[in-house]
Amino acid sequence: MSMFKKFSKKQTAAATHDPATFDGEYVLNVENLNVRFETDDATVYAVNGIDLKLKKKQTLGLVGETGAGKTTTVLSLLNLVPDPPGVVSADRIEVNGREVTKMSAAELQTMRGKEISMIFQDPMTSLNPVMTVGDQIAESILLHENVDKKTAAKLAGDMLETVGIPAERGSEYPHQFSGGMKQRVVIAIALACHPNILIADEPTTALDVTIQAQVLELMNGLKEKYQTSMVMITHDLGIVAETCDEVAVMYAGRIVEKGTLEDVFRRTKHPYTEGLFNSLPKMNDRSSKLTPIPGLVPDPTVIPEGCAFAERCPYAKESCFTKHPENRWVSDTHMVVCDAYDDPDFHIKRGR
Amino acid sequence: MSKTTEKKSAAHKSYSAQIWHQFKKNKGAVIGLVIFILIVIVAIAANFVFDYDTDIVGMNSAQRLLPPSLEHPFGTDQMGRDVLARVCYGAKYSLLIGVVSVLISVVFGSIIGAIAGFVGGTVESVIMRTVELLLMIPGLLLVILIVYCLGATIPNLMLALGLSTVPHFARNARAAVLTVRGNEYVEAARAIGSTGPKTLFKHVLPNALSPILVQATSRIAGCIIDAAGYSFLGLGVPAPLPEWGAMLSDGRGFMREYPFLEIFPGLAIMITVLAINLVGDGLRDALDPKLKR
Repeated sequence: MSMFKKFSKKQTAAATHDPATFDGEYVLNVENLNVRFETDDATVYAVNGIDLKLKKKQTLGLVGETGAGKTTTVLSLLNLVPDPPGVVSADRIEVNGREVTKMSAAELQTMRGKEISMIFQDPMTSLNPVMTVGDQIAESILLHENVDKKTAAKLAGDMLETVGIPAERGSEYPHQFSGGMKQRVVIAIALACHPNILIADEPTTALDVTIQAQVLELMNGLKEKYQTSMVMITHDLGIVAETCDEVAVMYAGRIVEKGTLEDVFRRTKHPYTEGLFNSLPKMNDRSSKLTPIPGLVPDPTVIPEGCAFAERCPYAKESCFTKHPENRWVSDTHMVVCDAYDDPDFHIKRGR
Repeated sequence: MSKTTEKKSAAHKSYSAQIWHQFKKNKGAVIGLVIFILIVIVAIAANFVFDYDTDIVGMNSAQRLLPPSLEHPFGTDQMGRDVLARVCYGAKYSLLIGVVSVLISVVFGSIIGAIAGFVGGTVESVIMRTVELLLMIPGLLLVILIVYCLGATIPNLMLALGLSTVPHFARNARAAVLTVRGNEYVEAARAIGSTGPKTLFKHVLPNALSPILVQATSRIAGCIIDAAGYSFLGLGVPAPLPEWGAMLSDGRGFMREYPFLEIFPGLAIMITVLAINLVGDGLRDALDPKLKR
C-alpha cells in the first residue's frame, strides 16, 4: 500500500496547472482531429478531421448516429483512446490551453478528473461493484486534492448531498442504488474535484424518461454552480434543445453542421440534420409514420471519395459522390459542410 | 472493519456479507466449513495436548503394532507410537503445507498474471510465454528438481509445490483480469486520473478475485494430496515427522497385517480434502454472479 501512497503523493506534487487560472477564450480547442483504429483486418476511420472549440461556461452538443465517432472524439480529449489499435493525430488538442498529446503520463493523470472529467453512458457499468460509492467519490478527491482520507470521505459525503443523495448512503454499494441514483453518483465522482470541463457521454440514454429529466436538471444546476463548460454527447435532440448553447452534428467521423442552438434548430442547413429532425415523432400528428433517413451509415473502413452522406441524401448531385464538400460558413456562427449550397437558390425542404 | 459491519442493518449488506449469505444456503459447503474448522482446532490443540518428544516420535517397543482399542483408538505403529496422536499432530503439517504453498502460488501467480492481462502488449507476451515454458515441465519433475536441489524439508516442499502451480494461477488471473479490464468502471477510473497500478489493484483485481479465490481453495486440497504423495515418495517431509503422507509411507510395509496404519492417516487426508473441496464448491457458487441476489 505504502508504495502507491508515495506514488500518488508524487503525483499531486506534480500538479501545478490550476484550471481556474486559465484565461484563454477556449477551454477546448481541437483542430483537424483524426482517429483511426488499425486492426489486422482493416483500418477503421472513426474520426476524420474534426475541429471543435468550446468557450468557458458553454455547453456544446455533439449529435449523431451510433458510430458517428462522437465518443472517440471526446476520448481523444482525455487521451484515452485505446492504443493499440487507436491512432490519434491532430494539429491541436488543447485543454485549458495545454496540448494533450504532449503531456506526460503523470500530467495526464492530474488533468483527468481535475481539469476535464467524463460521465459515462451507462451508470450500471461505470461504477465499481466492489467499492462503496463513498469510497469511489473519495478516490477521485484523494487523487487530486492534497487531503487526508478523513477529509476526503467528508468531502465525498458533501458531494453526495450536492447530487441529492443522503451522505450516509455513501457506505453502500452500487447495486443498492437505482439507475438514476447511480448516475447521480457518477456525476458526483466526475464533479468531485470541480473540473472546468465536463464531458457527458449520453448521460441519460440508460435512464427512463422521468429520471432523465431529473438528471439533466441536476447537471444543468451543477454546471451553473461550478461554472463548468460541458460537452454533451447525445442522439436525443430534445436534450440538445434543453441543455446546449452550441451544436455540432456529426456524421461518419465528420462534423457536417455546427452552429448555435438557434442556427442548427431553426435555420437547419444540412440535409442530414434535416433527416434527423424529420425522423422525430411529430407532436401534432401522432398517427403519422416516422420518417427514417433511408440507407445505412457508410462502412467506416472506407473513406468515401465524395460526401459521406451522398448515398442517403435526397438532394445529392453527381458531383457529391466524387468531390468532398467544403466547410462553408453561412453566418459568423453557423457552418455547414454541403456543396448543394453552391447553388445560391438551394434550400432544404425544412428550411422553407 | 468490524465497526462498519456493526453499523449495517440486514438490508444494507456489504459484498462479503452477500457472499456469506449465499454460502450459508449451501448445506454441503457449511458442513465442509465446519469439518475444516474442526480440523484446524484439532491441529492447534494437538500442539498443546501432545508432547512431541514422548507422544509423537518417542519409541515404545512394549506397545508395538497394537490394534485399535479404547486406550489407542487408532492403534499403535511399528515403533509403538499412538496413531491417533500422530494423525492429530500431523494435521498441522498438512494444513500448513496446503495453505502456504497455495499462498505462494496465488501471490506470485496472480500478480504476474494480472500485470500481464492489464498491461498487455510485449509485457504480456514475455510473461505469458515464460509461464508457458514453465508449464511444459511436468509438476512432479519440477518438485523433484527443487527438492533435490534445496533438500527435503517442509519449507522447500512448500516452495516447490507453490512454484509448480504458479503458471496455472498466472493464466487464470490473466483471464480473469482480461474480462474485467474492459469494463466501463475501469475506463471511468482512468478518466478521473487514476494511475495504472492503482487502477489494477483497486478496480481490476478486486473484481477479478472470484475465480482466483475459487481456484486457490481447490488448490489447497490438491496441495495436501500432492504433499502426501511426495512424502510417500520420500521427497517431502523427513521421517520422524508425523506428516500424513509420511505416515502412509512408514506403514506400507505392515499394510497387510495392520491395515489401520494406512486407514487412519488416509482417512484424515480424505476428510480434509473433501471438506476443503466442499468449501471451494460453495465458494464458487456463492461468487457466481449469475446466482447472486
